[in-house]
Amino acid sequence: MSIDYDVALKIAKLSRLKLTKVQTDKIVAELSEVLHFVQKLDEVDTSSVSPMNMVIPIEPKQRPDNVDDGNYREKILKNAPSAKEGFFSVPKVVE
Amino acid sequence: MNSEIDDLTISQIRTLLQRKELSSLELTKHYLENISSAEQLNAYSFIAKDYAISLAIEADKKISNNDVEDLCGVPFGIKDIFCTKGFPTQAASKILDGFLPEYDSTVTEKLSKAGSIMLGKTNMDEFAMGSSNETSFYGSAINPWITETNEKLVPGGSSGGSAVAVSASLCAASIGTDTGGSIRQPASFTGIVGLKPTYGRCSRYGIIAFASSLDQAGPMTKSVRDAAIVLKTISGHDSKDSTSARVSVPDFEESIGESIRGKTIGVPIDYTTDGMSPEILKLLENGKKVLTDSGARLVDVALPHTKYSLSTYYVIAPAEASSNLARYDGVKYGFRAKIAPEENLNDLYEKTRSEGFGDEVKRRLLIGAFVLSAGFYDAYYLKAQKVRALVKQDFDNLFSNGVDALLTPTTPTAAFPLGKKNQMSPLEMYLNDIFTVPTNLAGLPAISVPSGLDSNKLPLGLQLIGRPWEEGFILNLGNIIEENLRPKQKLKKWWV
Repeated sequence: MSIDYDVALKIAKLSRLKLTKVQTDKIVAELSEVLHFVQKLDEVDTSSVSPMNMVIPIEPKQRPDNVDDGNYREKILKNAPSAKEGFFSVPKVVE
Repeated sequence: MNSEIDDLTISQIRTLLQRKELSSLELTKHYLENISSAEQLNAYSFIAKDYAISLAIEADKKISNNDVEDLCGVPFGIKDIFCTKGFPTQAASKILDGFLPEYDSTVTEKLSKAGSIMLGKTNMDEFAMGSSNETSFYGSAINPWITETNEKLVPGGSSGGSAVAVSASLCAASIGTDTGGSIRQPASFTGIVGLKPTYGRCSRYGIIAFASSLDQAGPMTKSVRDAAIVLKTISGHDSKDSTSARVSVPDFEESIGESIRGKTIGVPIDYTTDGMSPEILKLLENGKKVLTDSGARLVDVALPHTKYSLSTYYVIAPAEASSNLARYDGVKYGFRAKIAPEENLNDLYEKTRSEGFGDEVKRRLLIGAFVLSAGFYDAYYLKAQKVRALVKQDFDNLFSNGVDALLTPTTPTAAFPLGKKNQMSPLEMYLNDIFTVPTNLAGLPAISVPSGLDSNKLPLGLQLIGRPWEEGFILNLGNIIEENLRPKQKLKKWWV
């Protein structure tokens, strides 16, 4: 399968990436090549195969529900490009 | 002593330190000097000079009190993908510009507790996406091996800087991560040892995630024995990573030297098709002969689904990446793009991500978003997860039929010239990982060992793949290969 310009724009939007016209054209060609390669999987009969969920089976273990972590607000905000009054700061989202 | 320090392995350093014939400070200063004279190799993205020296002084004190942990005083290079408290960590991406983690990854914490010294952070492909180190925001690291006509070569990727650092003696050992071959391929390209452990052997906590079901940390070292020493230190269950396994950690070094008489080693016929070069076939024959001479039984085996590995990988890895990299939005950490007053939060996200990610990362995010999007999920992502189960089943069948390990080349060619990437399509670049990707899909341990030189006098590696949790056995096999096949040729320091 190859992808067209509109599909490329749609997945760019889903990925929160802005692409120029030239970039989009290039992406259409490159992604089509990769998807064509991936199409090879169609040859494999998987009608009786379950999708893999965990490569090395590890039994998930339960632990007591104790609070043993948290209260890191200052530490977390240290890396924020913009923080005010103990919060992340972003452009206005509500009019 | 100085040039001799360059060739020292961890096991030799350990002895010299304990006998007080060498101090950690001497050793650390030696590598720091090597690093500063090797700027053009671009192996390190950050050098922690003062920190390293203070740790070395501390290590020497401990050694003088005979209070010695496993890696006491041994200087390491750490891939820029590991969170290191207070030290720049940005997975070679602009989008994490200025990020200073408030915590350590479990692997680097274990290394610190074992007394090792962090010299700095090593260069890599952006978010570990690449096979040549050329997608790095810091620019490519350069292979210390060079052609006879002085053409510069890529070190491989994504752990290219870590590989260069070991190969050019800019550290005693380094740590990389491997999602589709990112430890083993650069190890092969630079003539060093690289080991990807069983999935779940080492905690992924604090490692910047690329594809969580495939990522594993592992050692990159001068010798097979060194890989065993480092692996023991970084392994073990960690409650902070729900995929880290509760399995005991053996002393992997003890496996080295055990008899392999009667063991069965499979050579996958599916890996030797499609015009493999005569040089690589010769390499494989040499490996087979060495193991046969040591008493192993070499058999041809089939892995019928292995030819679908790369297609499977290039669905699953980008899908997981597109999910993992959704967190980079210009709000919580790292780079934030400038927006105009009339622009909104969505513009901030889009501009930050468009300016912050490089081309290869964007390409994979788009592939990932596509294969996970409504209407295509079943045909691509679910299909790939099913084929992945079959790829793993091939290996399981061999292991349950008495095959103890597999022998393959690590890469289809030796290191290629810098800049060749620009003449290749993204897909051609992906084919570099053809022998390494299947083991990530199956979660198996694998090691690359330097085993020969090609006609241009460039290093080639052989790969040994083991059963889950049997790193000790492939280390033992790797040691036999190393003793018999490792090229004796020394690097000329053209970069000094």
